[in-house]
Amino acid sequence: MSSNLSRYILRRALQALPLLISILIINFILIHLAPGDPIYLLAGDAGDAAYYAAMRAKYGLDQPLVAQLVLYLVNAAQGQFGFSFAYNRPVFEVIFSRVPPTLLLMGTSLAVSTFLGIRLGAVSARRAGGVIDNSIAVGTLIAYGMPAFWLGQLLVITFAFWLGWFPIQGMVDVRQDSRGLAYFVDVLRHLILPMTTLALLHLALVTRLTRSGLRQELSEDYVRTAYAKGLSNVQVLNRHALRNALLPVVTATGGYIGTLFTGAVLTEIIFAWPGLGRLLYDSTLSRDYPLLMGLFLLVAATVILSNLVTDVLYTFIDPRVRYERE
Amino acid sequence: MSQAVIATRTFSPTGDFKSSSSRVPRGWTRFRQQRAAIVGLALALLIAGGAIFAGQIAPGNPFARVGAALQPPLSTRWLGTDDLGRDLFSELVHGARVSLFVGLAVALTSTGIGIVVGGLAGFFGGWIDDGLMRLTELFQVVPRFFLAIIITTFFGGSIFNIVLLLGLTFWPSTARLLRAQVLSLRAREFVMAARSVGLGELAILARHVLPNAMPVIIVNAALQIGSAILVEAALSFFGLGDRTQVSWGYMLNNAQPFIARAWWMSFFPGLALVLTVVSVNLVGDGLNESLNPRHD
Repeated sequence: MSSNLSRYILRRALQALPLLISILIINFILIHLAPGDPIYLLAGDAGDAAYYAAMRAKYGLDQPLVAQLVLYLVNAAQGQFGFSFAYNRPVFEVIFSRVPPTLLLMGTSLAVSTFLGIRLGAVSARRAGGVIDNSIAVGTLIAYGMPAFWLGQLLVITFAFWLGWFPIQGMVDVRQDSRGLAYFVDVLRHLILPMTTLALLHLALVTRLTRSGLRQELSEDYVRTAYAKGLSNVQVLNRHALRNALLPVVTATGGYIGTLFTGAVLTEIIFAWPGLGRLLYDSTLSRDYPLLMGLFLLVAATVILSNLVTDVLYTFIDPRVRYERE
Repeated sequence: MSQAVIATRTFSPTGDFKSSSSRVPRGWTRFRQQRAAIVGLALALLIAGGAIFAGQIAPGNPFARVGAALQPPLSTRWLGTDDLGRDLFSELVHGARVSLFVGLAVALTSTGIGIVVGGLAGFFGGWIDDGLMRLTELFQVVPRFFLAIIITTFFGGSIFNIVLLLGLTFWPSTARLLRAQVLSLRAREFVMAARSVGLGELAILARHVLPNAMPVIIVNAALQIGSAILVEAALSFFGLGDRTQVSWGYMLNNAQPFIARAWWMSFFPGLALVLTVVSVNLVGDGLNESLNPRHD
């Protein structure tokens, strides 16, 4: 069993590798398609002649295209994706210094939306056709059409400006140098509005998937058996039906990471959250091409990896999946 | 992406299809019976009408200054004015053109590409199928919004660029759906019958397999319209859209510095966006129920 499983994981990982390399090649093509000298896309556009000469040699820009591609891939394998001139540091250093706030925002909203979505979906499925079910259906429908950036603006207007319950922008109150518990509370207060903004779309998705999954499971024979054993409604739902109904939710969450990144970027701009989205926005304004390409790579790699993790997770959760076969 | 997940889930694989001429009126009868779909269709037609007759409804250049800046709704103008004293109602009506055009054009482009890729992969199988599906997987993992940001930063965010780019990134779901359909249709008796009378493979694909796979494709295209409208708005909100034309994303971008003082600058374009996407999705869901019924 375990050797089969590890072989499966290895095989899936090896399938992800060509995708990663293809993304790198797309990046390389983009660098050469862009107007102007490609050196500016690798080294920024504010350097002096000696600096450009050094970067030209490093990326082999005087050599034929194929050699350049090989050099680009070799550099990428060593984590060297160019130099951000706006920050005067290597691209990957700049990016990783901005990962924690985005991770906090994405992680909390994913957790909250998944938990709440499963609850709402279960309530909805149990009372299918009722008032609560119909209200939830209308709510999810609107959530699908709701752009994160507009929802964020509405929340700021309502809860920050009019009601004054939450701070308007940022991650911490810069006027107070709080530490320990006070710092935690401060970040939490700043986190609630952007987290809600980002969570809504995924909440709608999870609610809808849980509901339809449960509706299907509740008509299965094993559910009738569970009732016949004398289990209560709650026991049947939580111990039996829900476990099977949640499989599509796992897939959807795994495939949602790219969308989540997009949402996070837009949310961060509205709330001046100091993460990757803000960095991306600034790099489009300052034309910091190396940084832009680095961010694109990071998101693409995360999407590929999260698909891989989802597939592997799936085999753990669903014993019916035969990983030997594929 | 999320919408595609919903859509694929509800497609029924088959049942023997009748000829397409009898299916359309039957589909309309089923469509008419769904209240939500009819409401969606009415709303979508209303918005489309506003976009088409924008010049008559709100004459003049929407970029023109008409009065004092930041006037609230119902004071001098229906929906008030923005920070440059422009009429928000006029901007809103003209902005509908960009959203609807981008939504429709992207859905058409991506459906065209998806039909070619998915149809060829499903019908011919073998190495053609393998190659095309690897390509599809690659396009599926490319983060659309981030690629769009790079391309529009490099080449500018003209409407043409945005449509082309989104069309080139939306097709994988179409291709996969069509491939699955073709795989199941290809084994049917009517395809064998066509082959036995000497019809060529491409002719069979075009005349017999594709028409029967169309309902699934139409629904998918309808749901893509809403997604494409949202991505275009997000790009314009990011300041990377077409700055020569008013669009709802552009208006929301303008509103961002003024949300404390002028809620209406943000409220109305966002509301228009939500109503448009919801109405298009309602029509898509309605088409799904009537063209791909689960209990036929």
